[in-house]
Amino acid sequence: MSANIDNIRQDFPILTTQTANDCDLVYLDNAATTQKPTVVIDAVNRYYHTSNANVHRAAHYLSDKATLVFEQARQTVQTFINARSSDEIIWTRGTTEAINLVAASWGEQNLKAGDIIVLSALEHHANIVPWQLVAQKTGAIIKPVRLTEHFELDLAHYKTLLAESPKMVALSHVSNAIGTINPIETMVALAKAAGAVTLVDGAQAISHFALDVQQLDCDFYVFSGHKLFGPTGIGVLYGKAERLNVMPPWQGGGEMIDKVSFEHTSFNQLPFKFEAGTPNIAGVIGLAAAIDYLNAFDRHALQQHEQRLFYQVYDWMTKQPNIQLLCNRDNNVGIISFLLKGEHHQDIGTLLDQQGIAVRAGHHCAMPLMTALGVSGTVRLSFSIYNNDADASAFITGFTKVMELLA
Amino acid sequence: MTPIFTTFAEQIHYSATDIIKLFDQARGWEGKYRQIMLLGKQLPALPDACKQDEHLVKGCESQVWLHYQLNKQGYFHFAADSDARIIKGLVVIILSAFNGLSGQQIAQFDIEAYFAELDLLKHLSPSRSNGIHAIVRAVLGLV
Repeated sequence: MSANIDNIRQDFPILTTQTANDCDLVYLDNAATTQKPTVVIDAVNRYYHTSNANVHRAAHYLSDKATLVFEQARQTVQTFINARSSDEIIWTRGTTEAINLVAASWGEQNLKAGDIIVLSALEHHANIVPWQLVAQKTGAIIKPVRLTEHFELDLAHYKTLLAESPKMVALSHVSNAIGTINPIETMVALAKAAGAVTLVDGAQAISHFALDVQQLDCDFYVFSGHKLFGPTGIGVLYGKAERLNVMPPWQGGGEMIDKVSFEHTSFNQLPFKFEAGTPNIAGVIGLAAAIDYLNAFDRHALQQHEQRLFYQVYDWMTKQPNIQLLCNRDNNVGIISFLLKGEHHQDIGTLLDQQGIAVRAGHHCAMPLMTALGVSGTVRLSFSIYNNDADASAFITGFTKVMELLA
Repeated sequence: MTPIFTTFAEQIHYSATDIIKLFDQARGWEGKYRQIMLLGKQLPALPDACKQDEHLVKGCESQVWLHYQLNKQGYFHFAADSDARIIKGLVVIILSAFNGLSGQQIAQFDIEAYFAELDLLKHLSPSRSNGIHAIVRAVLGLV
């Protein structure tokens, strides 16, 4: 296994970067964004070097070439998540834009005053604020599922909320701040049985385990390319065709139209109906390269590797004095969220950074969760496929030094 | 001056030159951050009554409260506090440079050169979580 990880590390050129005080980079901020393998960087580069043209427009050689790789990328994503058709794959700027699209398009069409939207205490702001915006417009009501003391969603409470017949249930697959893997198959099935439309925010799940949207059977699934070893500014909205087909367009412009006159515009078919303007073509190609890269691995083995590093550091943390762990050891994707009693999370982040150790210190764009946990923020470590035993040891050594400095 | 500014002026009486001298003696990053936190320890705590939301500096990951007074001669006096140790020390570093200056002197003070000299320039980066950038902006916004 370790030999494999050595090979993987060589695929990510940034990992040899020197950071603060000439320290080697120890990158443990993977939940914020993952690093990019050379194949992704090269694919983006190659596109601009050899294929740049607008897609679905001009009848010329380059445009045909660009359109071909652009649409092949859609099929790559379709296969990756096992959607029925590539028409069900809508390109967005990321998870946030995908949720905004559904909240605005589906929400404004289907929600009315008093309708219930079920979210959860674990959501990041991207899966809260778009629903608040549509709730303000329509008079719908947001009800969050509570957390248990084990940092998991309270399924009993969830069932009581479902008994109120919500119109929409929008849940994260995995918590970005504390790593909890929600029992999403069960939760989607329960929501469907209650007659709700379901959206799953997969931003933190997609880089860790395989996804089958047909098996999960949610109506919408969203994720970002940049957390999946792809470029920033590209993401995916998967939606069941029967849902997407009856939803109104969200943004207007080129590409999404069929015929336009000043009196009337008719709209293009899926997926183009939701893709106004020139898309992020280089981003799409980079994302497909990232998926091709991942597909070459035994993903279950990669996840086990991440879990091994996670347990190693988590178990060490439990033995340190004055540590408050704000995450679960079980059902955790590989995120350690913690505080050192009496110390500010930002101080810990700064002192780790001085040793080349990149973590996130803050509220993780999940302020309601921080409030529920009774803290203003945490320090968060998040593992990815290219982290190795040396990273785990570097953290342990580095954090020991931080504790000494703050003592 | 009202008491909080007097307390601050009595306890934090470094000049920018004093601060630079202190840091010349600090060894390595650990020495430097020890020094920052030692400076922070000297920062008198603001009374809770002074920690109102309207005095919070926006754009800090930690909470930073900033108060100022402009005297009749046109000189600024500051008092500040934070819930994070390193930020407290950096507040002392900034306010040691700015305290007692006129608006024009503050505007002309080369804060980048000062932080570069201290080898703390990374703390001035306009990152969302970076409190120092926000504090400097807040002070410059006053003058």
